Amino acid sequence: MTDTPLSAPGAGVGRSGRVALWLRGAGGRIVPVLTVIAALIALWYVACIPMNAHQSVLLAERSGAEVTPAAASERRNMGGIALSLRNPGPALSAAFAQDRPVLPAPHQVAVELWDSTAGMRPTSKRSLIFHGWITLSATLAGFAVGTALGILLAVGIVHSRVMDMSVMPWAIVSQTIPIIAIAPMIIVVLYSVGVQGLLPKAVISAYLSFFPVVVGMVKGLRSPDAMQLDLLRTYGATGGQTFWKLRLPASLPYLFASLKIGVAASLIGAIVGELPTGAVRGLGARLLAGSYYGQTVQIWSALFAAAILAAVLVAIIAGIERMLLRRMGLAR
Amino acid sequence: MQATAQGRAPAGSVVEAKALNLTFHTNDGPVHALKDVNLAVERGEFVSFIGPSGCGKTTFLRCVAGLETPTGGSLSVNGLDPDAARRARAYGYVFQAAGLYPWRTIGGNIRLPLEIMGFSEEEKKRRVRDTLALVDLDGFENKYPWQLSGGMQQRASIARALSFDADLLLMDEPFGALDEIVRDRLNEELLSLWARTGKTMLFVTHSIPEAVYLSTKIVVMSPRPGRISDVIDSPLPKERPLDIRDSRDFIDIAHRVREGLRAGMEAA
Ligand SMILES: Nc1ncnc2c1ncn2[C@@H]1O[C@H](COP(=O)(O)OP(=O)(O)OP(=O)(O)O)[C@@H](O)[C@H]1O
Ligand SMILES: [Mg+2]
Repeated sequence: MTDTPLSAPGAGVGRSGRVALWLRGAGGRIVPVLTVIAALIALWYVACIPMNAHQSVLLAERSGAEVTPAAASERRNMGGIALSLRNPGPALSAAFAQDRPVLPAPHQVAVELWDSTAGMRPTSKRSLIFHGWITLSATLAGFAVGTALGILLAVGIVHSRVMDMSVMPWAIVSQTIPIIAIAPMIIVVLYSVGVQGLLPKAVISAYLSFFPVVVGMVKGLRSPDAMQLDLLRTYGATGGQTFWKLRLPASLPYLFASLKIGVAASLIGAIVGELPTGAVRGLGARLLAGSYYGQTVQIWSALFAAAILAAVLVAIIAGIERMLLRRMGLAR
Repeated sequence: MQATAQGRAPAGSVVEAKALNLTFHTNDGPVHALKDVNLAVERGEFVSFIGPSGCGKTTFLRCVAGLETPTGGSLSVNGLDPDAARRARAYGYVFQAAGLYPWRTIGGNIRLPLEIMGFSEEEKKRRVRDTLALVDLDGFENKYPWQLSGGMQQRASIARALSFDADLLLMDEPFGALDEIVRDRLNEELLSLWARTGKTMLFVTHSIPEAVYLSTKIVVMSPRPGRISDVIDSPLPKERPLDIRDSRDFIDIAHRVREGLRAGMEAA
């Protein structure tokens, strides 16, 4: 028995050949990805010009330049594109460096991200790491609770017809209520009984993340076919043995697919949970404060921080999944 | 081994069906899967079931296994009703597909029934090793199912059914998906395994040569409603090299099986 069949990619190629193959494979993926990112950034820069045109032209006028049309009231009714075309010089030169642009340029967001993470102590009130941690802790707490709840509900649904008929419809209904509507209620209700801080946000996180876990886990626990179940019956296996030795291991690939959706939903839940209270800490608070004071660069950098955080969380789960499934022999 | 296998089982037929009936109630009305099936299987017999698709071979085996409940007649396995026999782990069942758990190694798959039945750690190790040797898979204990060929997977699933050493083995077309050359080899191995262990075999097949080569008794079935149309006791000796298939006796039995199948089809 050889471990690599001859038909496998890279089989029969020496070590250096295999490295070259890997590079070619990775290069084959990286080049298109980079191209798309570059195109998006270019598009973003172009979009900055008309989006910020009114402000650019106003600044030019204040510094004594000639602008058309001269009347501010007339300009207000014009679109950004038309205004940029009438005043190409000022529109272009001032589009990427405003204090409070309608649409900040990519490098402004990048600089703000850098300054508010690497550029200051993580304990500072302006540090995104500080705010990110506040949100992350609520996310993780909510995710853990939501996952546990989701798994428990799924186990109940699979083993009890009554639960299947009674719980599933409510789980579905719960997800049709907009989180924006229910988040303030949860926070107000919990506040009135003296609970605030991390917990209400974690509740909203759990509320958003339990559902994908329930759906995925129910499907996973039901994935063994009739033959595999019959096999255990021929051994006289108990319900518990069937669960631990067949249903649970069979459900793991489904669980991980759900966990990836669930953790992203958890993060959204935590951020949404920070909005209605006028919280002063957390990524949601940064978003809120940013929009309150028109600090668009701050809003965008908080948005990117949230996106990066979500990507990291999903990547961590994907890593655990790969490791676990490979150890179980499910990934080749 | 034969002596111990016979020593601990109760007296009487291993499987005894009397006027067994089973009707499935489907959306398109009732399906008479088994009608008035009478059959007695004695200890150490190798019984093959052959018949066209849908004649109730699988259904009969599932009844014996207690996976299906007959709607009429009586059925006993080792003198118990099938459900009690199932809980007493009276038989090993080999399904048509190997159905190994992909997250367990070959050794782990064979351990599965042993874990469920609560064998000691030492006993588990010993039995996994012994049954792997029995089906000629030594050295594959730590491979995963996808690393094995279809024939090897099927052998592993037979090993899984053998590991807890039940006296009765129920096999539903275990070699149905394999090519003829592999099938011949496995048939030979199965015969020698049967000779060594003295187990009672119920074996479902679609192949006339396979049925004749393996069996001491061939049960010919016919469909709609599923019933037994002929039971043939084989005069072939217990020792059977592959070329016995060219002998006069062999050809005569094969002919009788074919006639039985045809008659069953015409009557239906
Ligand atoms: N669970 C079930 N519900 C309804 N009808 C069934 C069920 N299982 C089997 N049948 C019907 O019973 C009849 C016998 O089926 P069975 O599976 O025993 O046939 P078989 O002889 O094993 O056929 P094959 O050689 O194709 O495996 C068929 O008509 C089939 O449609
Ligand atoms: Mg069948």
